[in-house]
Amino acid sequence: MDTLKGLLESLVRGLGNGSVYALLALGFVIIYKATRVISFAQPAFMICGAVAVSHLAGVTGFYAAVLISVAGVAALALAVERAAIRPMVGRPVFVVAIITLGVDVVLRVIVNGFIGRDVRQVGDPWGFRTVHLAGIGVQQRHLAMLAAAVVVLLAVFAFFRHTRYGLAMRAAAYDQEAALAQGVSVGMVFALSWALAGGLAAIAGTFVGTGQGVDQLTWIIALKALPAIILGGLDSLGGAVAGGLAVGVAESLVQAYQQQLAPWLGQNFAVVSPYVVMLVVLLVRPYGLFGTREVERV
Amino acid sequence: MLAVRNLEVVYDDVMLVLRGVSLDVPAGSVVALLGANGAGKTTLLRAISGLLGVHDGEVTKGEVTIDGEPVHALRPAAIVRRGVSQVMEGRRVLAELTVEENLRVGGHTRPREIAANLERVFALFPVLAERRHGVAGYLSGGEQQMLALGRALMASPRYLLLDEPSLGLAPALVRRIRDLIAEINRQGVTVLLVEQNARMALSIASHGYVLETGRVVMDKPAGELLRDEDIREFYLGLGAEGADRSFRDVKHYKRRKRWLS
Repeated sequence: MDTLKGLLESLVRGLGNGSVYALLALGFVIIYKATRVISFAQPAFMICGAVAVSHLAGVTGFYAAVLISVAGVAALALAVERAAIRPMVGRPVFVVAIITLGVDVVLRVIVNGFIGRDVRQVGDPWGFRTVHLAGIGVQQRHLAMLAAAVVVLLAVFAFFRHTRYGLAMRAAAYDQEAALAQGVSVGMVFALSWALAGGLAAIAGTFVGTGQGVDQLTWIIALKALPAIILGGLDSLGGAVAGGLAVGVAESLVQAYQQQLAPWLGQNFAVVSPYVVMLVVLLVRPYGLFGTREVERV
Repeated sequence: MLAVRNLEVVYDDVMLVLRGVSLDVPAGSVVALLGANGAGKTTLLRAISGLLGVHDGEVTKGEVTIDGEPVHALRPAAIVRRGVSQVMEGRRVLAELTVEENLRVGGHTRPREIAANLERVFALFPVLAERRHGVAGYLSGGEQQMLALGRALMASPRYLLLDEPSLGLAPALVRRIRDLIAEINRQGVTVLLVEQNARMALSIASHGYVLETGRVVMDKPAGELLRDEDIREFYLGLGAEGADRSFRDVKHYKRRKRWLS
């Protein structure tokens, strides 16, 4: 009974963290599908979102702060796209990917100034409090992550399925010239994809900061979206979500059981476990679980 | 009127593909543009619809005007908004999207007219209404061509540029497509029809242009083109090549086309 309870608890924890990875991974995939570039600026946008919330929450309250921060980071991503990425359209994707790395470094240095030396709390209403559901103790923040991710993902998928701009983005991702011939502005598609990815990263950052807060090293968490997108397949939105959740669950299960089952792996093996899962998947399915084409290396 | 004047197009800064092409597409007409592979037909359409940039081409001389207004410097979206839609060679339907989503993408520049245009397209192509929620990639070749036509009509175009709509279709379907193009034209859409299938194109066109290595080498009313000896031989496969002949004349391949002599 106790083992089942422990398993369920770590599953919920994994799904909570995994839904944050899913949001981040979705941002990577949206930009990749629109521009064929992996944007390494996502960690910076994530931290920007979290730090903005931590500064605003005291003034406006947590929920309003999240909304303002999401809008702000989306606008920031738009500006970055316009200033640094748009002039490079038509250049090799490798060059653009390196530029996104540079953008990431620059933004993080600036944001670090707003973090300071200590951990900043984002002012969320959940902290580390737990609730008991059918005898299982789960942290409220993990439930909040899961719920928020479900709502956001449904909204994103509805956007791509039903709205004019969502359809235009899918059309441009499938065949850019054909989309151009229908009067879709590809520049608009690039800009929208960056704004969406920025907004998603800001939400993810806020939830990463719940409970534990943010410090200057929190951005590394965003890199867990990389195994998630490679797991799911670079060009699949559904795959990004599945990959994110899988990475979260794998990490949490390893955290819970590795000490008993494989103590020879040492401490903190959970941190690298997503990358191990990624390597195994790459060996079996090089294009990811849901991907359709060869994964592009950048 | 859609008019092209002395148009020169260069790809990659070096390849001169169109060398001073002029042509007129009067409102309400169907104009055929014939030519062999590599003559520059598709390039001419790209120049009109603003898609040269994608292929690293640019207009170096001349102009394209719609009702007297130059458009060759505009973006593709602006040209679509001015009423010029192109159906690209090879149909290029968005295979992963459903039929209706494809059509909605076609209506991107006219969001308010989507409902009315959907009705119009489904009336023209009832088969698309049946497959409305089906994935476009699973349609047959003929259905995909209809989808490509319908998608272009979703933008409420006044001028429709068709790039080889008969490509890869069975003769019966080619006739269907031809009749549909004639019907679209009757509804008031001007058509510039690029074809290798000269017989099909000239049967609905009022006027025809023959393009060869980037130049217009002949330009006549469709009826006259159909009777022209060179057209009959090189585009319709009639005359010298198809007729009974003595083996004494078997060196017929020495006869070369000399349009300008």
